[in-house]
Amino acid sequence: MDLASLVASGLAEIAAATDLVVLDQVRVRLLGKKGAITEQLKGLGALPATERPAAGARINEAKVILSDALSTRSAVLEHAAVAAELAAGAIDVTLPGRGVKMGALHPVTRTRLRIEEIFRRAGFGVAEGPEVEDDFHNFEALNIPANHPARAMHDTFYFGDGRLLRTHTSPVQVRAMLSTAPPLRLIMPGRVYRCDSDQTHTPMFHQVEGLVIDEDISFAHLKAMLRNFVSEFFEKPLEIRLRPSYFPFTEPSAEVDCQCAFCEGKGCRVCKQTGWIEVLGCGIVHPNVLRNCGLDPERWSGYAFGMGIERFSMLRYDVNDLRLYFDNDLRFLSQFERA
Amino acid sequence: MKVGLEWLREWVALNPDVGALAHQLTMAGFEVEGRSLAAPPFEGIVVGEILKADAHPQADKLRVCEVLGRDGEHLNIVCGAPNARAGIKVPLARIGARLPGGMAIKRAKLRGIESEGMLCSARELEMGDSHEGLLELPGELQTGADLRLALDLDEVVFEINFTPNRGDALSVLGLARELAVLGGAPLNFPPMAAVAAVSAECLPVRLEAPTACARFAGRVIRGLNPAAATPLWMRERLRRAGIRSLGPLVDVTNYVMLELGQPMHAYDLRQLQQRIDVRLARAGETLELLDGSRIELAPDMLVIADAVAPVGLAGIMGGAKSGIAADTTDVFLESAWFAPDAIAGRGRRFGVVTDASQRFERGVDPTGQVRAIERASALLVAIAGGQPGPVEVTEASSALPIRAPIAIRWRSFARLIGLDIPRERIVSILRSLGMQVEVEEDGLAVTAPSWRFDITQGADLVEEVARVYGYNEIPAIDAPIPQRPGSVPEDRIPTVRLALALVDRGYYEAINYTFVEPALQRRLFPEEAALALANPISAELAEMRVSLWPGLVKALGDNIRRQQGRVRLFEHGAKFITQDNELKEINTIAGIAWGAALAEQWGSAATATDFYDIKADVEALLAASGGTEFRFEAGALSCLHPGRSARILRGNQPCGWLGELHPELARALDLVPAPMLFELELDTVTAAPLPRARELSRFPSVRRDLAVVVEETLTFNQLRESVTVSSSSLLRELTVFDVYRGQGIETGRKSVALGLILQDKTKTLTDADVEAVMTAVRQRLQQDLKATFRD
Repeated sequence: MDLASLVASGLAEIAAATDLVVLDQVRVRLLGKKGAITEQLKGLGALPATERPAAGARINEAKVILSDALSTRSAVLEHAAVAAELAAGAIDVTLPGRGVKMGALHPVTRTRLRIEEIFRRAGFGVAEGPEVEDDFHNFEALNIPANHPARAMHDTFYFGDGRLLRTHTSPVQVRAMLSTAPPLRLIMPGRVYRCDSDQTHTPMFHQVEGLVIDEDISFAHLKAMLRNFVSEFFEKPLEIRLRPSYFPFTEPSAEVDCQCAFCEGKGCRVCKQTGWIEVLGCGIVHPNVLRNCGLDPERWSGYAFGMGIERFSMLRYDVNDLRLYFDNDLRFLSQFERA
Repeated sequence: MKVGLEWLREWVALNPDVGALAHQLTMAGFEVEGRSLAAPPFEGIVVGEILKADAHPQADKLRVCEVLGRDGEHLNIVCGAPNARAGIKVPLARIGARLPGGMAIKRAKLRGIESEGMLCSARELEMGDSHEGLLELPGELQTGADLRLALDLDEVVFEINFTPNRGDALSVLGLARELAVLGGAPLNFPPMAAVAAVSAECLPVRLEAPTACARFAGRVIRGLNPAAATPLWMRERLRRAGIRSLGPLVDVTNYVMLELGQPMHAYDLRQLQQRIDVRLARAGETLELLDGSRIELAPDMLVIADAVAPVGLAGIMGGAKSGIAADTTDVFLESAWFAPDAIAGRGRRFGVVTDASQRFERGVDPTGQVRAIERASALLVAIAGGQPGPVEVTEASSALPIRAPIAIRWRSFARLIGLDIPRERIVSILRSLGMQVEVEEDGLAVTAPSWRFDITQGADLVEEVARVYGYNEIPAIDAPIPQRPGSVPEDRIPTVRLALALVDRGYYEAINYTFVEPALQRRLFPEEAALALANPISAELAEMRVSLWPGLVKALGDNIRRQQGRVRLFEHGAKFITQDNELKEINTIAGIAWGAALAEQWGSAATATDFYDIKADVEALLAASGGTEFRFEAGALSCLHPGRSARILRGNQPCGWLGELHPELARALDLVPAPMLFELELDTVTAAPLPRARELSRFPSVRRDLAVVVEETLTFNQLRESVTVSSSSLLRELTVFDVYRGQGIETGRKSVALGLILQDKTKTLTDADVEAVMTAVRQRLQQDLKATFRD
C-alpha cells in the first residue's frame, strides 16, 4: 500500500475507533513494532541511498500525522469515558446523611449558660455550693431567725435532723462572704427546693443569684446591672421597674418588673396587657447579713439579686408550662437542638 | 387583705383614678393583686318592699307576694324563700333585669300564677354564700331605689398583698396612714368616743409571762341581746373584706381588727372561771380550738387561761368551750398586746394561720388596746345593748417595746441609695411616716412610731426614704468594674464540655428531681443508704438519689410509653451519698441508652446498642480531660448485668460505672431490651493535667500485626499489659483490629488481632530490632497467658 493510502486508511480507522481498547489496537497496527509505518521504515534500506532521505522524511511526516490523530482521538475517547463514568456514578444528594444525629442541652442549662456568660462578661465569677444545707446557712445567717414570718414564704424540705434542702442559692452567698474577702462579684446558679407543687410551681427549680460586695455599692448600681442584664438577655433595650418589697436579707428590697420582651411594653397576652413582667427580686444586702458573715457594714456594702432560670427560659423560648421542664419528654427536649 | 375604697376614703382622701391609686400602692410596696366591685355587675335590680305574702294555692312552699317596686309599681311575684314576709325590703329583679352572669329575668308562670320578676337571695347576687332566704335589706333604704346605688355595690375593692414586715399596715387605719404619706393628704382619724361603764364588774387579769404579753385590756359586758343582728352595713364591709358574718359579737371584733389592726376576742363570760391568767402552757395541757381541732400545748406557747384551764391560744385562736354561743348574753372582751416572738410560728405547727396570728406575729401597735376595746364596746352596745363594766388595763409596762432612737449619718443615704436626696426631703419623709426626727450635724436620730416593728436600724430608714421617694426616681448608675480578672483554672475541664460531647454524640440532656421514688432506688441500689426527706411532697419523691440512674431509668420508661423507639438521655448534677455518717454531694454525669445504636437511617442495618457503643461515649468523655490513666475493670454492681458491666478507675481511684441494666431488672421495669447505663464522678474525671509537649521522632515507625489466640476469659487489659511490658519503650501504639471466634479456633478460645506500632527516638529500627521486640512479646504472651499465634 502506498504511503498516502496508508495515511488515509489509518486516519479513517482512528476516527472509527469508539473506545480506547480499539484505538490502542489501531495504534499497534499503525505504529507498533510490526506496524505498517514501521514496516515502511524497514523498507527504506531497499531504496537507493539518494532517495532514502526524502522517503524517510515522507514516512516520518505520515507517522506524525497518524500519532497526532491518535492522541487527539485518545483524548476525546478518554474524556467520553470519564463523562460516562461520572454519569454512572451520580447519586441522590438529597438523601439524608448517615451517622450520629446531634442531641441537645436542656433548656434550663442553655438558659443558665446564657445568664452565666452575660455576667462573666460583666466581671462576675460563678460559685456553687451544697444543696443539702443547714439552718444557719439557709436561714439564720440570712437574717431569717426561727419563727420568722418569712419562713412561711419558704416551704422547706427537711430531713428531720437539722438539715434541709436549700430553698434558695443564698447559702452560697453566705459561704462566699465567709470564705473570701471582698470585693466580691459572683453569681450562684443551682437547684433549689420548695415544698410546693402546682401548675406554676415545681418542688425543685433553678435559680441564679448574684452578689456584689465592695465599698460604696448602691441601689443605683443594682438598677444599672439589672437593666443591662435583662436587655442583654432578651437582646432588646428593655426598661425595668422596681417595686418595694421585703426579703429579710436585703434592705431596701425590691421586686423587679421588666418591660415585656414580647410586646416591648405595649401590652400583650404574655404580660396580661400590663406591659411588664415580674422577673426577679433584689436589694441591698442587709447589714445583719454582712455582720453574720464577718463583714463591717460601715466599710462594705453590696447588692444581691435572685432570679428563676425556668422563668427566664420560658420567656425566652415561649414555653407555656413549667412542668415540661421536668418531664424529660424527648418531644420537648428535641426542640432545643440548635445550640 | 381585701378592703373597699369607700371605707378607706373615710380615713384619707384618695386619688379618684382607681388605676393610679393601685399603681401608687403597688409602687410603695403594697402590691394590689386584684381589683373588683363589691358585687359583680347586674342591672335592673331595685329595693323591693313586700306588702303582702300569701300562700300559693297550688304549692305548699311557694308564696305569692305583692311587692312595691320602682315608681310605685305593684308587682305580683311568686317566691319560695322561707323568709318572704310582709314588711321587709328585699332585692327585686324586675322583668328585664340581668343577674350576675347575664341571666335575664322574664315573665314566668309558676304553678299557674304569673310572676312579674324575682326576689333575690345574697347568693343569687353573688353577694355571699347565703341561700337560706331572701337578702333582707335595711328598712331605711328607699323602696324602688336601684340596689347598686342603695348599697354602693360599685365600690371598688382592692386585694392587697402585704409583705411580712408591714403588719402595721394590715388595717384600714394602717393603709390610710400609708396613703396619707404617699398622697400628701392628712389622716382623718374619725372620732371614737369612749363608752361609759354602767357597772363596776371586772374580771381580774394576771400577766404571768410579761415579755410575751405586756398589756391586756379587758371588759365585761352583760345583758347583750342574743337576738340582735349585725347591721347590713357592717356585714357588707366584712363581706367585702372577705370575712363571713358570724353574729354581732364576732363581727364587731373582726370589724375592729380590720379597722384598727388590733385583733380582739370575745369570751362567753359563763365559761370563764374566776379570772384570766396570761401564761405559758404547762406540759400536758390540751385545748380544743374554735375550729374544732384539739391541740397539745407546748411550754413555749402562750395561752389565755382561767382559774382552771386554758381557754384560748393567745393571739391565734380562742378555745371552743368559751366561744360565743347563740344564747350568749354576757361577754368578756379581750384587747391585748402579744409580743411577735411569743406568737410567731406557733400556729403554723398545727397548720393554723388566722387573721389575728398574722397581725400579732408581725407586730401590733402596743398603744392601741384601749382604743380598740372602746371602739368595739361602742359598736356592740349600739347593736345589742348591754351594760358595760369599766375597761380594765393590766400592764407590765417595763416589758412593753421601747422604740430607741436610731442614729444614722447623712452619708448613709447617698452611699446606699446612690443618689444625694436633699436633707430636708429625707427629714420630711421620715416625719410623714410618724417618726420623731432629731437633726444633728452629721446625721439624724430617728425614733420610729409605736406601730412600726420593722424599723430597727439605719438600713430600715434608708429603705423608707428610698421607698417614699420612689424606687423609680433613683437613677441607674454603672458601678466601676475592678480590672481584676477572676481565676481561670486550666487543671479542670468544665462540666459543660462533657455535656456538649454527649450532645454531639446524640444525647439529650434530662433534668430529674433529686428526690426519687424509694422503691425504684431500692431495686437499683439495695445496699446504699439514702437520705430520706421528713416531709416529702409525695411518696414518689421521698428520698435523695444515690445515683442519677433512678431518674434516668424513670425518664426512659416515660419516653418509651410516649412511643419513642430510641432514647439517649444524660444528666449532670449531685448524687447524695452517706459515708461514715458524713453526707457527700458528688457531682456526677450519667447517661442511659436504649434502642438501636444509630437512629433509624438508610444504608445501615439497625443494630442494637451494646456495651461497646456506650463505652465509646464514655471514652469520649474521659478523653476530654486529656488523662490517659483510665482503666475499665470487669465489675459487679447488683443492678447491672454481671458479665457486661465495668467499674471505671482513674489510676486506682474508682470514678464510675458502665454496663447493661440487669436483665431481670429490665424485665421487671418493662425496659426490654435492657438499656445501657453509665455514670462518672466529675471531680475525678474532669481533673485535667496540663498538656506537656513531647519531642517528635524523626525516624520512621514500623507496624507488625499479631494474631493471638487465648482463652475466652482472658481480657484485653491482660493482653495489653503483657504486650506493653514486653515490648520495651519502643511501643508507640497498640490497636485491636479484630476479635475472632469460630472456624480454625478451638471452642473456648478467641483470636485477638493486635497491631503494634514501634518507633525509636534515636534511630531507624532495623528488621533485627523489630524481630527482637516481637520475639520478646510472643514469648511473654506464651509464658504468661498461654497464648498461641496464628499466621
